[in-house]
Amino acid sequence: MSPQHQAEQDEAALDIRALTLRFGDVTAVDQITCRVPAGEIFGLLGANGAGKSTTIKMLTTLLPPTSGTALVAGFDIRTAPRQVRRRIGYVPQMVSADGALTGYENLLLAARLHGLTGRAQSARIADALEFMELAPAARRLVRTYSGGMIRRLELAQEMLHRPEVLFLDEPTIGLDPVARHMVWERLARLNRDYHMTILLTTHDMEEADQLCSDIAILHAGRIAARGLPQELKASVSPQATLDDVFAHYSSISDRGRLRDTAASRDVAQRLG
Amino acid sequence: MIQYLRQCLAIADVELRKLLRDPTELFTRAIQPILWLAVFGQVLSNARGIDTGKVGYLAFMTPGILAQSVLFAAIFYGIAVIWERDLGIVHKLLVSPAHRSALIIGKAISASFRGLVQAAVIYVIALALGVPIRAGLASAGGVVLVVALGSAVFSTFSLVIACAVKTRERFMGIGQVLTMPLFFASNAIYPLQMMPGWLRSIAGANPLTYFVDALRGLMIQGGQSVYGVGWDCGVLLLVFLGLLAVATWAYPHLVQ
Repeated sequence: MSPQHQAEQDEAALDIRALTLRFGDVTAVDQITCRVPAGEIFGLLGANGAGKSTTIKMLTTLLPPTSGTALVAGFDIRTAPRQVRRRIGYVPQMVSADGALTGYENLLLAARLHGLTGRAQSARIADALEFMELAPAARRLVRTYSGGMIRRLELAQEMLHRPEVLFLDEPTIGLDPVARHMVWERLARLNRDYHMTILLTTHDMEEADQLCSDIAILHAGRIAARGLPQELKASVSPQATLDDVFAHYSSISDRGRLRDTAASRDVAQRLG
Repeated sequence: MIQYLRQCLAIADVELRKLLRDPTELFTRAIQPILWLAVFGQVLSNARGIDTGKVGYLAFMTPGILAQSVLFAAIFYGIAVIWERDLGIVHKLLVSPAHRSALIIGKAISASFRGLVQAAVIYVIALALGVPIRAGLASAGGVVLVVALGSAVFSTFSLVIACAVKTRERFMGIGQVLTMPLFFASNAIYPLQMMPGWLRSIAGANPLTYFVDALRGLMIQGGQSVYGVGWDCGVLLLVFLGLLAVATWAYPHLVQ
């Protein structure tokens, strides 16, 4: 391994510095600062409206921050967004594969947009289909796929260019248990085989417990707690589950208040 | 540069595959121009109240109806983009390293293909009605170029509006409100010199007028372009580049 490559590995995959986003007088993300070392599976937990999706949108260069910044794979999201985009993958919360195209065509589009051509292109596509067990369905229209297959196709699209950091917004929302476990297993393998750093948002505590090696709990746009899953559990009480941790730090007790709900809906709506 | 072109073509290729897989839209879009030419055109050509110079009224309005059907097909491009945004496809495209302008040019290329299919349909109808279509490669090549340019202009215009309104409901309303005025405030079905002064000034600022004018000069035997085909193409190209710049700026805002 070259010394230069070694230096890159020592760098944090994510270096978030006082990242802030305000919509009018609502502060959706409030001065988040945190470093995530390369190779982690980092879970960003939080209730609806805590600022998870907004944070991901800023880190993936979709949304410019109001203040603060972040280095993603070593590049500044404000000053070098295209360098960042070359090195990341992103699976949004909604369905981002095109149902009117076949699985193969979806992969072809992603490969072309990432500048993969010729033999490298077909090799990577074949490899991704194999990895996600989609080869037999490659020529079918995506609108005939199950929810789990669509998610795996989206992961296949985002692994073609071997991103350094993969962002996933609620990756298993709406999937049945079998499909969910399969997605988890593939994510763990992507992390292991390709040394991909993964950042995922979730409010599924089982998912965080199974998958994440590092967790931050967001509440009202701030990081309320950060650490290994077992550390966070221990910090609440000896018998605590991640659910208790989540409730503790997200102040679930006041979630019924109309004002909070209205505020988070408002943010969600602005985010569209 | 080659990379840039590849990105444009990747988007265009995807759109074409979708269109060819479900070409129903191409057929349904043929109905309106048939009505305009076979019914409206046939009747009005007997009225003889409209001074269309050396060519008959039907021949005069044929390029106008071609431009209109290109406009109507292209203007709803924005709906598709809003749909893609609601799904999350736009998010994914914007996080790819592709240039944002390449994504928009790709859409414009596929709109051009759609426009050319419309043109082929209009040619068939016009020939069936006995409209004196100009033969020859120069004329056909010119029409292809102008139709491609016009489709690019109006599809990109539609994309800009989609980025501004963001929801399908609002877009449907605005799409209706825009297309008819664009059509009537142009030289598509009556010559500029028949218009009152105020309307003529509006028509002079309407890209559709230049689109129709260029087609009229290229497509019809004895057809006259008022501004000159070169000037028309220059105006359309400038409008396209302006819209491309606005769309490149506005497209990322669609997901914010």
